[in-house]
Amino acid sequence: MSLTQDTVNQTAHLARIYLKPEELATISQQLKGILDFIDKLKELDVTEVQPTSHILPVHDIVRTDELRTSLPVEQALKNAPHKRDAFFGVPKVIE
Amino acid sequence: MEIFRLTAAELLRKLKKCEITDKDITSSLSARIRESDEKVKAYVRLTGQPHFLDAEPSAQSGLSGIPISIKDNICTAGVNTECCSKILEGFKPPYDATVIHKLKAGGMAIACDKTNMDEFAFGSSTENSCFGPTHNPWNLECVPGGSSGGSAAAVAADEAVWALGSDTGGSIRQPAAFCGVVGLKPTYGRVSRYGLVAFASSLDQIGPITKDVTDCAMLLGVIAGYDPHDSTSVNSAVDNYCSALTNDIKGMRIGIPKEYFIEGIDPQVKKILEQAVAKLKDLGAYCREVSLPHTEYAVPVYYIVATAEASSNLARFDGVQYGLRVKEKNIIDMYKRTRDQGFGVEAKRRIILGTFSLSHGYYDAYYLRALKVRTLIKQDFDAVFKECDCIVTPTSPTAAFKIGEKTDDPLKMYLSDIYTISVNLAGIPAISVPCGFTKEGLPVGLQILGKAFDEAALLRTAYAYEQATPWHLEKPKL
Repeated sequence: MSLTQDTVNQTAHLARIYLKPEELATISQQLKGILDFIDKLKELDVTEVQPTSHILPVHDIVRTDELRTSLPVEQALKNAPHKRDAFFGVPKVIE
Repeated sequence: MEIFRLTAAELLRKLKKCEITDKDITSSLSARIRESDEKVKAYVRLTGQPHFLDAEPSAQSGLSGIPISIKDNICTAGVNTECCSKILEGFKPPYDATVIHKLKAGGMAIACDKTNMDEFAFGSSTENSCFGPTHNPWNLECVPGGSSGGSAAAVAADEAVWALGSDTGGSIRQPAAFCGVVGLKPTYGRVSRYGLVAFASSLDQIGPITKDVTDCAMLLGVIAGYDPHDSTSVNSAVDNYCSALTNDIKGMRIGIPKEYFIEGIDPQVKKILEQAVAKLKDLGAYCREVSLPHTEYAVPVYYIVATAEASSNLARFDGVQYGLRVKEKNIIDMYKRTRDQGFGVEAKRRIILGTFSLSHGYYDAYYLRALKVRTLIKQDFDAVFKECDCIVTPTSPTAAFKIGEKTDDPLKMYLSDIYTISVNLAGIPAISVPCGFTKEGLPVGLQILGKAFDEAALLRTAYAYEQATPWHLEKPKL
């Protein structure tokens, strides 16, 4: 798999991580090596195989729709880097 | 023998006979930590006197007064839980993890100083901690293993009676092997993940790290069980694990997978494992060669599946609700700069790899394919468990390596997980117990794998082996 620095840069943007140019170069090289190793999986014929995303035979776990107490707002805000009233404060998201 | 050297079972006997008090235990441990941890560095954010939350007085049962140490990714209400990452600096969870709640209800005294780990559990050596590495008590120049290296080193150095770790690809078992202690990863769904900071949600489990198999059985019995807060926890009865410690494995059918003994395993480790298998035969078990044909694909599958899940789980660390925030005028820059400064390089690598394998155009070739190979790996185990009660392997291809030896090449580090990783992919339980030492005096671990929810068979085999050997009585000279 030829993983270009450009692809890594775009992926880092998707992952919302800023990479310095030297980091981008090093990580790209390391990821390329890892992906070359992962390409080993192409040796196998998996056409008839079902994927396992979850190992347990449990599905659709729900609870009864009843009112319960939940975390109080001041507790939820306790670790906030910035807060105002009952809200987390963040830079403007809508122009 | 000094109080800090004793196992939980031994301490319990002394407490019941009123030979010691719970304050005697915590002060003995605190003194031991102050004396030894500047060399071992098993604990993080340690300032002055190590301290423990008072055990709840109204607690019913068994384990009242026994202190326990906790890995830094398990939430303890009001007590810093930072996953050894800058991005969670100062985070005090507003709730206790279910396992913490169970430990408190059992009367245990939770250590306020958490144990060191690879940041977000990304690692096999505890070198990726933002606080620096932990040192293996058997040789301070060596790693303790990872990612639960702090917990394993603390138990090995008698700086903890016992501890909790977490295991996604071997992070309890491998450090237990490197540090000469017992570590167990329960069946997926056996122990609640509520309050465990998630790395890979389909692979993670919390488990015990202890001085011997008896303590492991006791601790597993406390933390196991259905939890409605964790929709992946299984609603099935918890066995009485202590009653599995019969010291009798006559007739136990044990499989030895041939793929685990090929090139790449250290010759000393191979020899020690062969001697351990011979001991199991002496004890009356039937050992035979079996095959797990897709073993060589486990590491590539894991590094797609686990990193994909991690990239999703770590999206929440964005500077908004907790931890580090880098001030920027624009929200996207805030996310990017916060995550750049908050995450270490291994975390960035894994998140980017995971994001890539889930992204448009690559999802089928990487993630979906990996999930299909995961099915094949699970089927390998299903086939072997039709004829065997458990499987025995080395826990790691080598004993503990030197600090810094594998940090320049991430792939070299990933390959050291080769024997532990399949277990998480298949969701089955596994335990590592000490089975000898290399010429250099480093511990070697024997891994026993079992059928889903058959921790009793693991503990039975581990106990019989332990009682017939001297390894669990050895202590590092610190």
